[in-house]
Amino acid sequence: MFMNKIYILWLRQIKRWLRSRSRIVGSLAQPLLFLLALGYGFSSIFQEAGQGNYITFLAPGIIGMGIIFTSIFSGMEVIWDRQFGFLKETLVAPMPRFNIMLGRTLGGATIATIQGVILMILSMFFGFRPEHLISIVPALGVMFLMALLFTSLGTMIASLLEDMQGFHLVMNFLVMPLFFLSGALFPLEGLPKTLSIITRLDPLSYGIDALRELFLGMGHYGLAMDLVVLTLVTLLFLGLGSYFFKKIQV
Amino acid sequence: MIRVNNLTKTFGDFTAVNDIGFSVKPGEIFAFLGPNGAGKTTTIKMLTTLLRPTAGSILVNGNDPVKSPEAVRRSFGIVFQDQSLDDELTAWENMEFHGVIYDLPKPLRRERIRQLLIFVDLWDKKDRLAKEFSGGMKRRLEIARGLLHHPKVIFLDEPTLGLDPQTRNHMWEYLQELNKKEGTTVFFTTHYMEEADRVAQRVAIIDHGKIVAMGTSDELKKQTDALTLEEAFLSLTGKTIRDESAKATDMMRRMRRAWRK
Repeated sequence: MFMNKIYILWLRQIKRWLRSRSRIVGSLAQPLLFLLALGYGFSSIFQEAGQGNYITFLAPGIIGMGIIFTSIFSGMEVIWDRQFGFLKETLVAPMPRFNIMLGRTLGGATIATIQGVILMILSMFFGFRPEHLISIVPALGVMFLMALLFTSLGTMIASLLEDMQGFHLVMNFLVMPLFFLSGALFPLEGLPKTLSIITRLDPLSYGIDALRELFLGMGHYGLAMDLVVLTLVTLLFLGLGSYFFKKIQV
Repeated sequence: MIRVNNLTKTFGDFTAVNDIGFSVKPGEIFAFLGPNGAGKTTTIKMLTTLLRPTAGSILVNGNDPVKSPEAVRRSFGIVFQDQSLDDELTAWENMEFHGVIYDLPKPLRRERIRQLLIFVDLWDKKDRLAKEFSGGMKRRLEIARGLLHHPKVIFLDEPTLGLDPQTRNHMWEYLQELNKKEGTTVFFTTHYMEEADRVAQRVAIIDHGKIVAMGTSDELKKQTDALTLEEAFLSLTGKTIRDESAKATDMMRRMRRAWRK
């Protein structure tokens, strides 16, 4: 029974996503633009600096970008549900709030992971080559963990906001900084001290670092460190997300 | 079935519900009437675990919505005042979602979904998205959904708003039959006084957060020397027109703004 309920909540998110084609295309377009413009734009400089192929370096960052945008957005769909009234239907349901939050978070995380995979495949058309194809399997796990982390964060934010008015604020003051300061676009080696500290505080850094480690064998923090940080932060955000979700009154 | 004592809800310095008390017997059809902003929806939200009372006690089917919300949630069905469907799901999917969430085993769920969708005349449109439906069709779907798990008590917050007389009659016939057959308690609000007069066994009138009268429709008419329930209602609540600003969410917003200052 427990699984059925989680499943139907998950299924709802998936169905909604599959039915909004424009959203799927829209959320792929921006990361792809970054990949092509920056990837080709900086490739010769990157090569000259002795860092190798920039597209290959950038691809994990672009995958991370797709995941963070899609997950936070999925988590924030709670606001939509509140505005369109469906949230009330879920809040009178006879099941623990945590399970409601878990079901929809798993749904959002699945969507974000799929978007990440699509970006990974698209990057391959533009020259991204993982060292070993088998590394895609553990990378899927890392992508899902990142997706889970940021979907919970999105849910947490959505529980505190009343309408979509705050959405741009979140995008500009949270999602964009998380993305730009994560090492998605640049190597983490040899950064100025302040930036190096900031990137260490950004959970996205560890996700992208883990992907680079798995795909290219060139991580900075080390895979073990990445996984520990990702897991701990995911658990923390899941907890916080469900705490704030519980407090929603409609 | 429902017992409310000294129930109060305040938002900041506004008192939406002010020390009210009433009880609804099992199997009763109870109308909760009042002008806009009188506190009807706020009361329903407290009865259905969506809002925490500021003071007072509530029992729904023997359980306290604050202490054991899940037991309470299991025992009621609700049709909200404003829309609560998932627009991106089909009629059938909206029903299926509800059925799974309320633990209905698959064969029973499928059978009841079919029956109810046929009943509200949406069976042939079951695979259309809810967003393609007209207001009346959405309403019918919400009513069908609220009844899906055969709740002990069903709350209907202005369920017939925007429905044509055919659908309205049809809906009440079904509810009255369910009430007779299964003993389902019905708690509803409406602005159609003749509707309350016709179907409700007892009526409570709330105004400015206070219950101003309670009893059978005939008792209220006698008490106010009125011929119809509408006259009785007007003589109890006055003829001034209320603004609708006292919605609970608005109040919450106002309160939050006040907090920030």
